[in-house]
Amino acid sequence: MTSNPYLPAMATIQEVIEETPTIKTFRVTLNNPQIKKDFNFGPGQVGQLSAFGIGEATFVINSPPTRMDYLQFSVMKTGEVTSMLHTLSAGDQIGVRAPLGNAFPYEDMKGKDIVFVGGGIGMAPLRTLLLFMLDNRKDYGKITLLYGARSPVDMAFSYELPEWLERDDLDTHLTIDAEFEGWEHNVGLIPNVLLDINPSPENCVAVTCGPPIMIKFTVQALAKLGFKDEQIYTTLEKRMKCGIGICGRCNIGTSYVCQDGPVYTYAQLKELPNEM
Amino acid sequence: MAQTKFIKKESLSAWLEELGQAHTVLAPRFEGDSIIFRPYDSEKGVFIDREATAPPKKAIFPQSETLLEYSQIKDMENLTKIAIDVKETIPTTTYVVFGGRPCDARGFTMFDRVYLDGDQVDVYYKARRENTCFITLTCEKGETTCFCNAVGSGPSDPDGSDLLITPVTDGYYIECVSTKGEGLLASSLLTDGSSMEGEATKYKQAADASMNEAPDFTGSPEKLLAVFDNGPFWEEMSDKCISCGACTYLCPTCYCFNITDEANGLKGTRIRSWDNCMSSMFTSEASGHNPRPAKANRLKNRVGHKFSYYPDIHGGVISCCGCGRCIKSCPVGVDIREMVKSAIAFVDPTAKEVPAEEPKAAPTEKPAPKETSVKAENTSAKAKKNKKSKKPASKKKGAK
Ligand SMILES: Cc1cc2nc3c(=O)[nH]c(=O)nc-3n(C[C@H](O)[C@H](O)[C@H](O)COP(=O)(O)OP(=O)(O)OC[C@H]3O[C@@H](n4cnc5c(N)ncnc54)[C@H](O)[C@@H]3O)c2cc1C
Ligand code: SF4
Ligand code: SF4
Ligand code: FES
Repeated sequence: MTSNPYLPAMATIQEVIEETPTIKTFRVTLNNPQIKKDFNFGPGQVGQLSAFGIGEATFVINSPPTRMDYLQFSVMKTGEVTSMLHTLSAGDQIGVRAPLGNAFPYEDMKGKDIVFVGGGIGMAPLRTLLLFMLDNRKDYGKITLLYGARSPVDMAFSYELPEWLERDDLDTHLTIDAEFEGWEHNVGLIPNVLLDINPSPENCVAVTCGPPIMIKFTVQALAKLGFKDEQIYTTLEKRMKCGIGICGRCNIGTSYVCQDGPVYTYAQLKELPNEM
Repeated sequence: MAQTKFIKKESLSAWLEELGQAHTVLAPRFEGDSIIFRPYDSEKGVFIDREATAPPKKAIFPQSETLLEYSQIKDMENLTKIAIDVKETIPTTTYVVFGGRPCDARGFTMFDRVYLDGDQVDVYYKARRENTCFITLTCEKGETTCFCNAVGSGPSDPDGSDLLITPVTDGYYIECVSTKGEGLLASSLLTDGSSMEGEATKYKQAADASMNEAPDFTGSPEKLLAVFDNGPFWEEMSDKCISCGACTYLCPTCYCFNITDEANGLKGTRIRSWDNCMSSMFTSEASGHNPRPAKANRLKNRVGHKFSYYPDIHGGVISCCGCGRCIKSCPVGVDIREMVKSAIAFVDPTAKEVPAEEPKAAPTEKPAPKETSVKAENTSAKAKKNKKSKKPASKKKGAK
């Protein structure tokens, strides 16, 4: 980042992928060779993307730091900035302030089994860590992925799923909420499917992200399986502006999600004032 | 020994004119019913007999300021290709703020810990802070709404100021508080002030003695957390509040802001403007979820931030400077002192007894040995901040 933390680095969109009717993925490269060379981040860190004239919004860098050909952001259309971003195409310019926030503690996770539980756009922050671990496969134990969406068309990263299902060093489970013609995977709510998969909490960490209601029941399911609060990681999506702990927007008590988060263990969240 | 000077009362306007040649001088004067800081105008004079209605916060933290200018440049060879040029707009104007009170200057020390001492430096704030000098006036006496004496400050606290001026016979005794302040002392209108020191000290003592008894905020960080989940308590506290935000806009220590873009054809600006945590929009998320849906949640955060979270992060310093503006200006009479005292009393009805632990914010002391006590606070704040390691997921909140 430059010495002015509010000044975005300019980047060029290389490719736009239509993931679902509401999600587009942008692969971008930083224009300035020096900034590009110096850029590094940890899986889980986020960036502020600028749609000039509209404003900024926060997205996780969902490509892993092991693949630096481009930075990938997946954007769900929800409001002004995200709608403007959805109009952009390859070759267009975009502003990037990144990396912001903390990363998953991928060092501490070495040698452990990992269970990923992602719902909807919540798969984005898991993707960066998952790919990072697959690129450093020997450092981690058994890796299980449970990814759910409302229906098959709502599933982002669908073009990667065949490879993930194929790999024998990754145990992939997909689920949708209700029966759908041609769907040959699980049908059912994520927490229930998780209970069926029945991963062992022994030397294992769970990483989950998705809509608040899904996280709530997933955490309950994990607890039922014997996971302790310290073994459960999630990422929060508070409204952010500055992204650097100054503007006062994103605090939960003493914790600033833009700096101290967005990655927290469930144990850490329990210590914070109850204001999620 | 810090430099001291004297200026005759009748030379004051000439001095401000002189300062105005190199800087923009902001000084309080009446506009309608309000006392507001405005660029000094010798015709309109200054009014410094009472605390100004609004603090001089704008000098360093404008209500709205441009962060970036951008322009989209069409490629004439290929009209679909648009390059974007982005420029930062670091402010360069130098200011002298004359006639603020100790609470006004101290307010910026609360900003400093967040805007300057964190992991990232706010370059806009830094430029303005470095380009602004505060000539602060010792208060004659406390108003009923003043409680600077309860938050580690007092009516002649030099913390955050560059010069401190104290009324004495026929003029003002001037103390230099910072190196920046020294730069303002070159004027031939200023004479040696050492003979006035005794009189100034008496004036300050009388000001101290005029203060209301300081409310005891001991233990506010823990007590406010203890009462966090008590919905009925906060509903009662916020019952009258109409979420107008006057308390935040007039507060010298409220530093929250919004960032927005303003487009004008192919050009535009990114601006930051004061934001107001009492508004329901402040935390509403794109999903429609809002972690602070009710005014009770929002008032709780405002009080909690100043009397619990900030002290917890910054070595015990309460981030309210006791100016009393929120109390004076609230249309429905919400009183932050009463809320904090109620929270303390609510959790621990025996709060009047001598507390077992050391008070965290050195709150009830008179401000005499200010220099050292402020330094101590600053170092411990730094130490604590540094403890907030960058590798976060493994870290617990704060370092309690
Ligand atoms: C750490 C973090 C990581 C994130 N990662 C991603 C990611 O990888 N991918 C992704 O797609 N998103 C992600 N998000 C969410 C994303 O930042 C928001 O969706 C985005 O900021 C919305 O911006 P916008 O300008 O389009 O919305 P806005 O136009 O700002 O709309 C949202 C605002 O408008 C109002 N509003 C809009 N809709 C409603 C409603 N239904 N009810 C009430 N008020 C409403 C609210 O004031 C809300 O604040 C992340 C957020 C955070 C904090
Ligand atoms: S909270 Fe009220 S009394 Fe405290 S500094 Fe702000 S306006 Fe002044
Ligand atoms: S000034 Fe009073 S009514 Fe207005 S938001 Fe503040 S506490 Fe509420
Ligand atoms: S987004 Fe500004 S403080 Fe966190």
